[in-house]
Amino acid sequence: MEMERPLTRNIRPGQEPLDIQAYQAAGGYQAVHKAIKNMTPQQVIDEVKASNLLGRGGAGFPAGVKWGFVSPQAPHPRYLIINADEMEPATFKDRYLMEGDPHQLIEGIILAAYALQADVAYIFLRWEYKLAAQRLRKAIAEAYQRGYLGRNILDSGWSLELRLHVSAGRYMCGEETGLLNALEGKRANPRNKPPFPATVGLWGRPSNVNNVETICNVPHIINNGSAWFLSLSRTDEGGTKIYGASGRVKRPGAFEAPMGTPLREILEDYAGGMQDGYKLRAILPGGASTAFVLPEHMDTPMDFKNMAKIGSSLGTGTIMVVDDHTCPIGVMENLEHFFAQESCGWCTPCWAGLRWSARILKSFEEGEGRMEDLPILEDHSHRLIPGTTYCALATVAMNPLSSGVRYFRDEFERHAREHRCPWR
Amino acid sequence: MLSEEEIREIEAELPNYEFRQAACLDALMIVQKHRGWVNDDALQDVAGYLGMATHELESVASFYNRIFRKPVGRHVIYLCEGITCWALARDRLRRHIQARFGIDPDETTPDGRFTLQSATCLGACDHAPAMMVDEDTHLDLDEARLDQILEKYR
Repeated sequence: MEMERPLTRNIRPGQEPLDIQAYQAAGGYQAVHKAIKNMTPQQVIDEVKASNLLGRGGAGFPAGVKWGFVSPQAPHPRYLIINADEMEPATFKDRYLMEGDPHQLIEGIILAAYALQADVAYIFLRWEYKLAAQRLRKAIAEAYQRGYLGRNILDSGWSLELRLHVSAGRYMCGEETGLLNALEGKRANPRNKPPFPATVGLWGRPSNVNNVETICNVPHIINNGSAWFLSLSRTDEGGTKIYGASGRVKRPGAFEAPMGTPLREILEDYAGGMQDGYKLRAILPGGASTAFVLPEHMDTPMDFKNMAKIGSSLGTGTIMVVDDHTCPIGVMENLEHFFAQESCGWCTPCWAGLRWSARILKSFEEGEGRMEDLPILEDHSHRLIPGTTYCALATVAMNPLSSGVRYFRDEFERHAREHRCPWR
Repeated sequence: MLSEEEIREIEAELPNYEFRQAACLDALMIVQKHRGWVNDDALQDVAGYLGMATHELESVASFYNRIFRKPVGRHVIYLCEGITCWALARDRLRRHIQARFGIDPDETTPDGRFTLQSATCLGACDHAPAMMVDEDTHLDLDEARLDQILEKYR
């Protein structure tokens, strides 16, 4: 049997996405009819809970459980916010989904908003995604025209407004409470939790923030049921996953594969393996926020649970390959420089700690590295942990740092000994 | 003074939000589209129009990467410094731009043609190295292609 690829079946790279007529002809918006006519909001939540759809933004929190945090008695207006601020370095899966099949996202938004009985939904999109913005605008207008958005959707008495917000750019906007502040026209500093957005969110109202890929799965779960969704996966985490690969591989790109597909298959079968003349040194499995993994980890199924077992995380599932002609310390410096620059500056351990870490890495790259500085890097990874910083930015920045110090010790020694970056 | 056109465009954004302040980033982007950057007068005018204190809006304007509080050239080059672009090109393209145009990140050519900005990952890693010029994305770059592309922006 051919492998099912529900998320990408309408996507034809290099071509315009399906318009609403073609999308409907391909079965689109049937899930909206089904849910609104035959299911209560609670039934939609229960189906998504049963499907074990884990949040695809990188945290892996069960989407249905998150929706359930908005009480049925919660006051109105309620907000659904789609995090389309894909600023995680080495990640381009949400761009692929939004450019390739914008109506799939909109259908998912309508279903999620129905489950939450939300009144307004926002797509929070990064500025750089111009093509996605243009295609989403067109698709949103089509959905309004057909009555899937706006007042009294399918005569249900329920209304939903969908608005596109284009961000002015800052990595912190990917953190859900930072995103809420950005949407309110403030600096994207994180908020203290609790209260969680489900009770006190956008403008203090009940809110839910979900990732693009997460929401794109919802129409398929409603159409085919949670048992079908679970059966797509090779592990107990439901569904397929948009994986991707970049770096010196033969076929960089985004690929849909069953959740739990081993790292080796992603690299070798989907991405075509390493380019000729290059060997695999390490992999960032799911963006800058994930710990490096090594060639010995290649048989690990790529899902949230199994990637955690090898000391890393699934993150966004788009792998970035570090080859044997690239300086691993330089990779680490690039990543920590990014985190230091994008720190919002709200809490001192984050902005000061990340700057310090980046500066030490830079000193190695510039031939001034001292081995006695390595314990300072290790110390940072023990101190920038949940509870010492306001949000997760600094703590996830420690993932490539601590794993890199562990795996690339010989490189640090060589840089220090030769007083230069040997890869320049 | 905000122009009539700027006011009209800002007004069109207001219904998207519950409070006027929420439209401040859209408003700054609108002003920037018309004037190239956001100067102190424009900042004050936008703040006044949305009922915000000027320093409050400044704290927002200075926070976001895409709001310019200094003049920029006719075209802005956003060179991707994401990890994949770095791994494939290291700082070759930045040094090439430096050699050709004499500008480092955050600098503008004396003729006002280009401003160079270093950008966080553009999310185009499957076609790295990448850059944007103004609102256009350019992929699979090398030095020759970069020259050819920049030729079109006068």
